[in-house]
Amino acid sequence: METILQAVDLCKVYGNGTAANKFVNLTVRRGEILGLVGENGAGKSTLMKVVYGEEPPSSGTLLLDGKSVRFGSSRDAIAAGIGMVHQHFMLVPSLTLAENLVLGREPRKKSGMYDLNRAVRIAEELSAKYNLRIIPRARVVDVSVSMRQKLEILKTLYRGARILILDEPTSVLTPQETDELFAELKALRDKGQTIIFISHKLGEVFQLCDRVTVMRDGAVIATHDIGDVDRQTISNEMVGREVRLTLDKKAAAPGGTALEVRDLSFVDDFGITMVDRVSFSLRKGEILGVVGVDGNGQSELVRILTGHARTLTGSVRKGGTDLTNASPRKVRKAGMAHVAEDRMTVGTALPASIADNLLADRYSEPAFTGGGFLRRSAIQAEAKGIVQRFDIRCSSPNQAVASLSGGNMQKVVIGREFTAAADVLVVSQPTRGVDIGAIEFIHRTILSMRDEGKAILLVSSDLGEVLSLSDSLIVMHSGKIVAWFPDASAVTDKELGLYMLGLKTQDEIEIRKVLHE
Amino acid sequence: MMEFLASVFGSSNYWFIVVRSTAPILLVTLGAVITEQAGIKNMALEGSMLWAALTGVLASAWTGSPWIGLAAGVAAGVAIALVLGLFALKLDANAVLVGIALNLLSTGGTVFVLFSITGDKGISSSLPSKVLPMVSVPLLRDIPWLGKVLSGQNLIVYLAAAAVVVIHVILNKLTIGRRIRATGENVEAARAAGIDPDRIKFFTLIVSGVLAGLAGCFLSMGYTSNFTSGISAGRGYVANAAQVVAGGTAVGSIFAALIFGVTDALATFLQSRGLPPELIQALPYAVTILGFVVVTLVRDRREAARKLRLFAGRDDR
Amino acid sequence: MSDGTRTKTLPGKVGLFFTNRDALEPALVTLFAAVFSLLAGVGLIFLVSKEPAQSARNFLLGPFLRTYNIYYMMIAMVPLTFTGLALCIIYQSKHMSLIVDSSFYIGAVVATAAGIHVALPAGWHPAFAMLAAGITGGFIGLLPAILKIRWRANELVSSLMLNYVFYFVGSFVILYFLRDRNQTILSSLPFRNTFLLPRLIPNTQLHAGFIVAAVFVVLVSVFLYRTKWGYEIRMIGANQKFAAYAGLSVPTVILYSHFVSGFLGGMGGAIEMAGLYKAFIWQMNPSYAWDGVIVAMLARKNPKFVPLSAFFLAYMRVGADFMSRRGDVAFEFITLLQGLIILILASDKIVNYFKARRLQRTALARTAEARAAGAPAGGAE
Repeated sequence: METILQAVDLCKVYGNGTAANKFVNLTVRRGEILGLVGENGAGKSTLMKVVYGEEPPSSGTLLLDGKSVRFGSSRDAIAAGIGMVHQHFMLVPSLTLAENLVLGREPRKKSGMYDLNRAVRIAEELSAKYNLRIIPRARVVDVSVSMRQKLEILKTLYRGARILILDEPTSVLTPQETDELFAELKALRDKGQTIIFISHKLGEVFQLCDRVTVMRDGAVIATHDIGDVDRQTISNEMVGREVRLTLDKKAAAPGGTALEVRDLSFVDDFGITMVDRVSFSLRKGEILGVVGVDGNGQSELVRILTGHARTLTGSVRKGGTDLTNASPRKVRKAGMAHVAEDRMTVGTALPASIADNLLADRYSEPAFTGGGFLRRSAIQAEAKGIVQRFDIRCSSPNQAVASLSGGNMQKVVIGREFTAAADVLVVSQPTRGVDIGAIEFIHRTILSMRDEGKAILLVSSDLGEVLSLSDSLIVMHSGKIVAWFPDASAVTDKELGLYMLGLKTQDEIEIRKVLHE
Repeated sequence: MMEFLASVFGSSNYWFIVVRSTAPILLVTLGAVITEQAGIKNMALEGSMLWAALTGVLASAWTGSPWIGLAAGVAAGVAIALVLGLFALKLDANAVLVGIALNLLSTGGTVFVLFSITGDKGISSSLPSKVLPMVSVPLLRDIPWLGKVLSGQNLIVYLAAAAVVVIHVILNKLTIGRRIRATGENVEAARAAGIDPDRIKFFTLIVSGVLAGLAGCFLSMGYTSNFTSGISAGRGYVANAAQVVAGGTAVGSIFAALIFGVTDALATFLQSRGLPPELIQALPYAVTILGFVVVTLVRDRREAARKLRLFAGRDDR
Repeated sequence: MSDGTRTKTLPGKVGLFFTNRDALEPALVTLFAAVFSLLAGVGLIFLVSKEPAQSARNFLLGPFLRTYNIYYMMIAMVPLTFTGLALCIIYQSKHMSLIVDSSFYIGAVVATAAGIHVALPAGWHPAFAMLAAGITGGFIGLLPAILKIRWRANELVSSLMLNYVFYFVGSFVILYFLRDRNQTILSSLPFRNTFLLPRLIPNTQLHAGFIVAAVFVVLVSVFLYRTKWGYEIRMIGANQKFAAYAGLSVPTVILYSHFVSGFLGGMGGAIEMAGLYKAFIWQMNPSYAWDGVIVAMLARKNPKFVPLSAFFLAYMRVGADFMSRRGDVAFEFITLLQGLIILILASDKIVNYFKARRLQRTALARTAEARAAGAPAGGAE
């Protein structure tokens, strides 16, 4: 097959100095579905942004049909026949599906006015032609996630895309919706479309793709025909190590209930119910893992528990304290610490110093403040202590957090939260985008916290991580708890998958056991 | 007092002044609405108005033509908006700070230019500047009472009414309206659709500059017949609050501008009753803040109720 | 060389290096903005003046040509220091309210009332007026904060409108309650003698307010960098989401930062009255808060540098004043230069130009180096 798109020695360095792509070489053939796999932060999305003209390459060339191209913006890429479906929907919520479809290439009446009727007709025709069903006159806010996804694909086709880039399109879909999407994508390929499918789920890549390219740490590691390779090989290439780490883990000795969560519900700004009457109890000395496909309410649940979102129903109690819709301040005062899932926007203050970041939850304690004045030597000592204990690599605690690497930034968050005066820890995505050395360290720390008798709620989209760390597990699907497993080590990936995808649900009685009543 | 108020609100003379006071604020509010819809805050509307008011007077005095004055004034209004765009969009400056800078520069700068040309810092009365014509509207003027209110206003008042229609059409009937909304609501989506958000923002800034330019010219070539220092009297700031009250629509802007217009006109009337003018002059600004608060309160309540309904409604199924 | 060791060594040395440069370069850009605005001013003078050389000389050198001009600069620094400090606090919390303008003006009105109607011994009298003005200014400062917290009103928009409200209310109070009806021009009743601040140097107008301002520079520096309240303000400014997440009560911090800022504004107004005047004779609002924005920006939000930037602004003002009295260029021309300063300093692309270029270059070089060294980042394909 002939090559349609080629990247030669492509480099991308961001303004903050991060090198996200290092001399990448990529070949895409006409009419194939190419899988692009790699862990979070491997540089897949950046590479595609460069290909799609959203980011200019720092060096290297891009060849389309053998000719060198340079895209100033995505507009140029679109004109060259490249379309992209982003991980986050690129839709305007208050406009209709038809209006979103034609955005940027709108039909006009003879008078020059916007032609809404023709936009709707275009939507209907395209929808029929490619067998991707949408409701043109509905507003985006009012339709399901899978319909938004179909709309995104139609948008690229409307713009005449020959090469279609899909960035982790299944993370928000149910299994049936995923199957449906794959059938549609294969049909598109058979009509001559070239598709680049970005994913970190190997099963899907094997199900859908013709070839697969593996990225790690900003570089392309290998490319295989899908028939010539097995999962183990790719998995090793992705993570760059032979085996998943096994943790030296003692059996848990759960104590009494530390956090009582009853009947929480949350509706997002689009009117979608993200958390649906969730109840559980978290016990001392146990790690309760929360698993689920991203976007099934885990983040929202954490936000409610930690005071960053309001629940519509139910209650949160910790010991004798009612923490229902309490402020983050009150939640912390009640003895709950929280590793936020996003260290860049929430977990740290980037321009502030490491010391200022580490002390943010305790600066007002008498040890660090006297009569309103900060005790600077005590603060420095505390910060130095945490920096040493958590091995934060820096020149001094007075260095700005912004200048740290991702792993060390995360250690700042972990260091603060794990030394907080708290007996309940809500830990969200503790190792996202963190290097392997730091991951092992963070895992060991989480376990030692448990052994000290703290109650830990662990939320992570890294399934291996949750499975190896957790003592017991709850599974969330579309905002509901669909299963509870008292012993995480006894659960197989396969079984878990069925619950995560909503194919199976435990009965009420089984699920209610997580209340430990 | 009640009696007096009744007589005020019944008089066509009062409502004539209301319309006249509303027009400039309506123009700038529309300007604030359209830029805000595209996701950029134009805090420099005040500066645009000031330069337009001065430039209009100067150009009309030099050429003897109010029309060239108007064109020059509008161009000055646009120029200030473009400077805001240049710094905020091309040089990554905080748009609000740029607004502050431009307003500071305009408040003193207009006085500086006025003094350099006339030798007077307060008023341009030494210049033979022109005013824009009053328009007596056929048919309309014959309607009893209403004719007295709506006919015989300055040309710009009718342009303000037309501007409502134009902005409504831009936002709702033209392609660019969808693009403006996309840029303001989800700038990534706009960019991914091949729309250049900066171009859209520049477009809305130009439109807001034109509108503020018209408003500025009205103040010095219609509402009064001179440029005086600080002639815009914070109307550009009021517009940024009124924009919230307007809820992002052209039609809502009429309502929002009327809040200011009604109080402003009332202030004119109350002064003649011997009430302290200082307190009355403060009224329009205070009422605008109040209007803002009330509208936000109502919107928040409605949104909370909607979410609860959505959750409950789903439960019933 | 493995990836691991690189991340170990890099943040250490280079990090320290960066921190220094990161502080130096913006300082140079600030200096550039100041010098550039002066040059632009000279250009402008040549554009409008009939005697440009003379006017330019008066503008640039005038402040130092006469002894009394040096005192004038010191006097002018006082209100600029207070509004500059007030804006530093607001700006540190990443908010942008100009309510300090009202605090300053109403502070002057309150001080006027106290100066006329309150009987206290010298020394205590102005101190009491400053405190009263400060507290009033503080409460005025709270208003945009409350509007922001409760109704999400943009604090800049609401403060600008409140400035009109308070200006009219202030002149109403002067006119109806404090006016001296025997005067033909608008003036309040004369202050009591006990109210006037002592002169630091006889036969000049340099008053004790200069010392008070210097003391407050130290106090505000300590407040921002050595107390927990200052820490909270800085954290909110660094990342408000983070501050809330870490357990700070963001609304409380917004409230008291606005209060303190307003307090400083009010004090500034009172000191201006007690230091310079014998009665309230402002025919219009001097609007020092707008200058405060520039002082704070030139000081890069750090109170420590406020005296320096207040001095620069005072220099510009006195120079412009000196020039306008002896020539044909209006004093207001400096607002054009001041606007220019804000425009330059507000532009991230200009301020961070060198830094961005340098980061880009080092990262590229580092990648190429790694490739040459045959690190895994090379071409494993």
